[in-house]
Amino acid sequence: MPQIFHHSTNALAKITIYGAVFIIVALLWVAVELNRSSWNTGQWVERQQPVQFSHKHHVGDDGIDCRYCHTSVETAASAGMPSTNTCMNCHKQIWAESPYLEPVRASFRNGKPIEWIRVHDLPDYAYFNHSIHVKKGVGCSTCHGRIDEMPILYQANTLQMEWCLECHRAPERFLRDTKDIFNMTWRPENKTADELQQGLDWKAKYKVQGKEILTSCSTCHR
Amino acid sequence: MSDSDRHINFKLMRDHILRLQDAETPRGGKKYWRSLEELADTPLFREFVEREFPQQAEEWHDPIERRTFIKLMGASLALAGLSGCVFQPPEKIVPNVKQPEEYVPGKALFFATAAPLFGAATPVLVRSNDGRPTKIEGNPDHPNNRPTDFPPEDPIRDPRGSSATDIFTQASILSLYDPDRSPTLTYREDIRTWTAFVGEMRSMLDEQRPKQGAGIRFLTESIISPSFGAQMKELLTALPQAKWHQYEPVNRDNARAGAMMALGQPVNTIYRFDLAQRVLSLDGDFLAPTFPGYLRYSRDFMARRRITETNKEMNRLYVLETTPSNTGAIADHVWEVKPSEFEGFARALASNVSLPPEMWGQLGPPYGGNHQDWNDVVAKDLRAHKGASIVLAGENQPPIIHALAHAMNNALGNVGKTVFYTDPLEVNPVDHRESLQDLINDIDAGRVDLLVIIGGNPVHNTPLDLKLDFNRLDPKVKLRVHLSEYKDETSDVCHWHVPAAHYLESWGDTRSYDGTVTIVQPLIQPLYDGKTASELLAVFSEQYDRKPYDMVKSFWQTQRNQGQPQQTAAGIQNSQQAAPAPAATPDFEIWWRQAIHDGFIPDSAFQPKTISLNSAWANEQTQPTQQPADGTFELVFRTDPSIYDGRFANNGWLQELPKPLTKVTWDNVAIVSPNSAQQIARENVNRGGSRGREHYVPLVEITTQQNHKITAPLWILPGQPDGVITLHLGYGRRLAGEVGSGKPGQNEPVGFDAYPIRTASEPWFTSGVTVTNTGRDYLLATTQLHFNLEDPKFSTQERDIVRSETLEEFLHGGSGHTEEEKHGHPTLYPGYDYKKQSEDAYAPNYAWGMAIDLNNCIGCNACTVACQSENNIPVVGKTEVVRSREMHWIRLDTYFKGFDPNHPEGVNFMPVPCMHCENAPCEPVCPVHATVHSAEGLNDMVYNRCVGTKYCSNNCPYKVRRFNFFLYQDWDKPTYQLMRNPDVSVRSRGVMEKCNYCVQRIQNAKIQAELEDRTVRDGEIVTACQAVCPTEAIVFGDVNDPNSRVSKLKQSERNYSLLGELNTKPRTTYLGQLKNPNPEIKS
Repeated sequence: MPQIFHHSTNALAKITIYGAVFIIVALLWVAVELNRSSWNTGQWVERQQPVQFSHKHHVGDDGIDCRYCHTSVETAASAGMPSTNTCMNCHKQIWAESPYLEPVRASFRNGKPIEWIRVHDLPDYAYFNHSIHVKKGVGCSTCHGRIDEMPILYQANTLQMEWCLECHRAPERFLRDTKDIFNMTWRPENKTADELQQGLDWKAKYKVQGKEILTSCSTCHR
Repeated sequence: MSDSDRHINFKLMRDHILRLQDAETPRGGKKYWRSLEELADTPLFREFVEREFPQQAEEWHDPIERRTFIKLMGASLALAGLSGCVFQPPEKIVPNVKQPEEYVPGKALFFATAAPLFGAATPVLVRSNDGRPTKIEGNPDHPNNRPTDFPPEDPIRDPRGSSATDIFTQASILSLYDPDRSPTLTYREDIRTWTAFVGEMRSMLDEQRPKQGAGIRFLTESIISPSFGAQMKELLTALPQAKWHQYEPVNRDNARAGAMMALGQPVNTIYRFDLAQRVLSLDGDFLAPTFPGYLRYSRDFMARRRITETNKEMNRLYVLETTPSNTGAIADHVWEVKPSEFEGFARALASNVSLPPEMWGQLGPPYGGNHQDWNDVVAKDLRAHKGASIVLAGENQPPIIHALAHAMNNALGNVGKTVFYTDPLEVNPVDHRESLQDLINDIDAGRVDLLVIIGGNPVHNTPLDLKLDFNRLDPKVKLRVHLSEYKDETSDVCHWHVPAAHYLESWGDTRSYDGTVTIVQPLIQPLYDGKTASELLAVFSEQYDRKPYDMVKSFWQTQRNQGQPQQTAAGIQNSQQAAPAPAATPDFEIWWRQAIHDGFIPDSAFQPKTISLNSAWANEQTQPTQQPADGTFELVFRTDPSIYDGRFANNGWLQELPKPLTKVTWDNVAIVSPNSAQQIARENVNRGGSRGREHYVPLVEITTQQNHKITAPLWILPGQPDGVITLHLGYGRRLAGEVGSGKPGQNEPVGFDAYPIRTASEPWFTSGVTVTNTGRDYLLATTQLHFNLEDPKFSTQERDIVRSETLEEFLHGGSGHTEEEKHGHPTLYPGYDYKKQSEDAYAPNYAWGMAIDLNNCIGCNACTVACQSENNIPVVGKTEVVRSREMHWIRLDTYFKGFDPNHPEGVNFMPVPCMHCENAPCEPVCPVHATVHSAEGLNDMVYNRCVGTKYCSNNCPYKVRRFNFFLYQDWDKPTYQLMRNPDVSVRSRGVMEKCNYCVQRIQNAKIQAELEDRTVRDGEIVTACQAVCPTEAIVFGDVNDPNSRVSKLKQSERNYSLLGELNTKPRTTYLGQLKNPNPEIKS
């Protein structure tokens, strides 16, 4: 009986078997990478809003404080979104005729709120509280990135749980002095030994709770 | 499934018990038992308790067979796993155009209002999340809720006012969002506008005006609202021939008639339980939410039972009752008395109490027979506490009992000390039976052209001899109008149906139990364009388009300008006269805004009156009660513990709430004693046939003397007097809605209707009733057998699941703790030091814990409903409750004590939430770490990790974990989405859940404390069950803080861990119950 397969197919079979392992590993790696990619997390994706509002202009150029619009960031879970009234405080006077601002004026005229598109959308089972983070020395730019350089707002981080835990496991890496909370140009991370020591000092000063509590499930999930 | 499993049948078990009784064999050795099955303690029952899945987990009871189902659903089940992979749709943020004052998105606001559900109103504080009312709490600033003054210097006393409410108030939030509420105004089933309605009423009024309104009749329930009363009076002045009738199936006719007899005028009786050392209740269930003033009374009463370092005295409660009640369960001595013998006992006691016999001389020899011994002792005890005792009578007892109670209070010198008489709460207190009789006479004589029924459901709940039904109404009353929240039985026979506004949508005023005027303010615009009673009534006046707010405000403005804000039916003015003189308008505005903000008008409670006692009535011979024929039963009607007179029939939370003593849900039953059950069921009992493990009970036919019949399932309740059947009113609603009546044409009615055998002359008791066994069975959803605790020393020793001892034993005996309890159990597991949550010294270290004082628990079930409301817990329905799948995070176990099922020695209540064990058995068995310990000692449940293996619940010795077998939450109905607490995840199918100590409240309080640079104060975190508890039986706090209330309670000698020998180290511990029996009474 003649051989059906040539000798060389043995080698092929071996390669296929070994290859399968690598292929599976590669597939898993792809899955993990996809999961962390901006395709899944929405990181770096710019969201078009009903009003072409530029944070770069208002924060970076005009130097308006975050809290002028996001009023409850120091007191409540939600940072708060400005009412139409807040916009009109200034825009009654300046750029009062601008066509870009027509949706705002329309809202003010007919009492219908502006429907903004949410950029930072946490899952419903995660209960994030702005006020306590601000109080404990987590600055705006740590999570939201350089808002003052964003003409159109996007999500600067993945907002995945592993990203939250980076800080909840070792807050000293990201803490800053509370007077610099709204400072957009503050360093993104405490890296050097000096900076880390400063982080630890702030952690003690602001009585940031220990890792055990910060990583307990019910701290964020209820 | 093995064949033997199929024979675990509780019907058979019940028969087994009956057989046991036949043979008079000694019963099982358990001192405390939850059900008769447990008392019998058969091998069958033990197997049932020890099973991994208690009931039917392995059986598929749907019409589609399991195989077919899996075949059909295979693909969708496989794909269901991928549902987690979809992207969330982009969300929108919709800020205000103008930000309202005080409003911060996501932060709850609280508004004071009042819940006028029936009778006296409950002052409440309602949480509003982004404009949606989501949770009801008591108003701690209301004078009714002031802290109890007793015991003084109690270190464990809560210094704040109480935020307690009852089950009905808690559940009323569900009624607000009920999708079955009537959405539109209709005329003969066609949708009409309000304007059209007003137009028709105005033209009717024009017709009637020449006759001075002679053809107009208004029918309302009891009216307490002062402004509505004034409005009605004004209307009746304008139309002098029109008449106003009041009828409610549960009325105060007896109390009123009793007061007329004894005092010559209708009164509202107010008790001061905090000053009473001895209490005698004559069938008065004052520890049940249906009793006016129950919240205050139960709090004061229980405060007097609290033993502290400074106070070693307890009050003592004697109860005579016709059917077991919560009050009887708490009592130190309780005697079950047949209704026909009740008056004799009461008279005997009265004559004994008020010795020397001035007015009681001619009463004849005291009744009592074999009860003579305790009669003397009780009377002696009461006489020894003159001025510090209370005698109270139940609303359902006939007038003579009320008169006797008044006389006894008078003789004991209690009036003015612990008992006070004030004006009645009602604007116009009338005899409801007479009022209804007058209306029926007028209707039958054809004198009524327009009948306006404002609230109530008389077509369903009028007595059979004064039935207001279609046949009586139809040709004679030309136009009928009904205002109600639901399109119910009464709307069905009326031409016009006007949807009523819920109290959370209304402006109004009402009074709480002591007469304090309490303002009703809306939390939300009417969801369905409902109208208030005042709005409807205004249609018949000249100002027919007035808004409810203006009506209330202008009424109080007039009152205040006149300087007599209190105007009662009797025209008596009181305390408010002391208030500042008539004021100018701006002053009124400030005063009014303050009243709305606080929810009440200060110092508006009725002032006590001095009324002298008549005595002429006492010697009147009452008609001799004829001895009922042998073999007949006496019947007791009671309102249902969950749905009252039927008005809450469409409330799923209340329907699914296990009734305190029977643990029956979704049904009412005919309650009998074990002896009577034997008598009824012995003949013709269907003993054959196994039906799985469902709770089947025999259906019996109850026939009254007038030959009216109803069919009801029979329920055996230990402690029920022999020969007495208790029926609960309110069930069997035909048109209550999908919950209370089932889907039209699909389901059987929910429960049976007891009104068809209730007469106007005998509304609460009747005799000569015969009962026959129909031979049919009925499936009941009772939770009595659910979540039975497995006891390792099962029935060989006295169980310590519930601990109860007498005050004497407690003060003079040892701690009663075992050696192990004192020194801890030997264990190989390393301990976790909760005092060192972190290496950082500055971090606050909390360890949350709870103490439940069984001595204070009155078994009112409020904790269960409050938890359901706070934690978005779904309703599962009768079929699922039958399968032991109810979702309540905190359940109330009722234990009977003793070895005689006919006369249990006592009844104990035990609320069981998650124990948050330090060595939690649920945690190591979870394959996905979905239940883990937090650093503060909480046993966290992570819904998103849970894959539904149910190992944790199988390993939980306390059986407190609940599994979502199906999608129990209604995700689609928009109104329910409004209702939910946004701080708590809404769980989906396939997820385990359980009590988490209201972790959302813990986190919010912690964050608030840290924002203010302080640690969490003791008492700052109040769990939902703790907040609602009227008697402060539940205390939550930080056990690391030795000065916290919870730590102090846990240091008490009465403190014990449930199933402590398992070494689970529960964070929730219990304090044993204390009783204070009279040593002179031999039990």
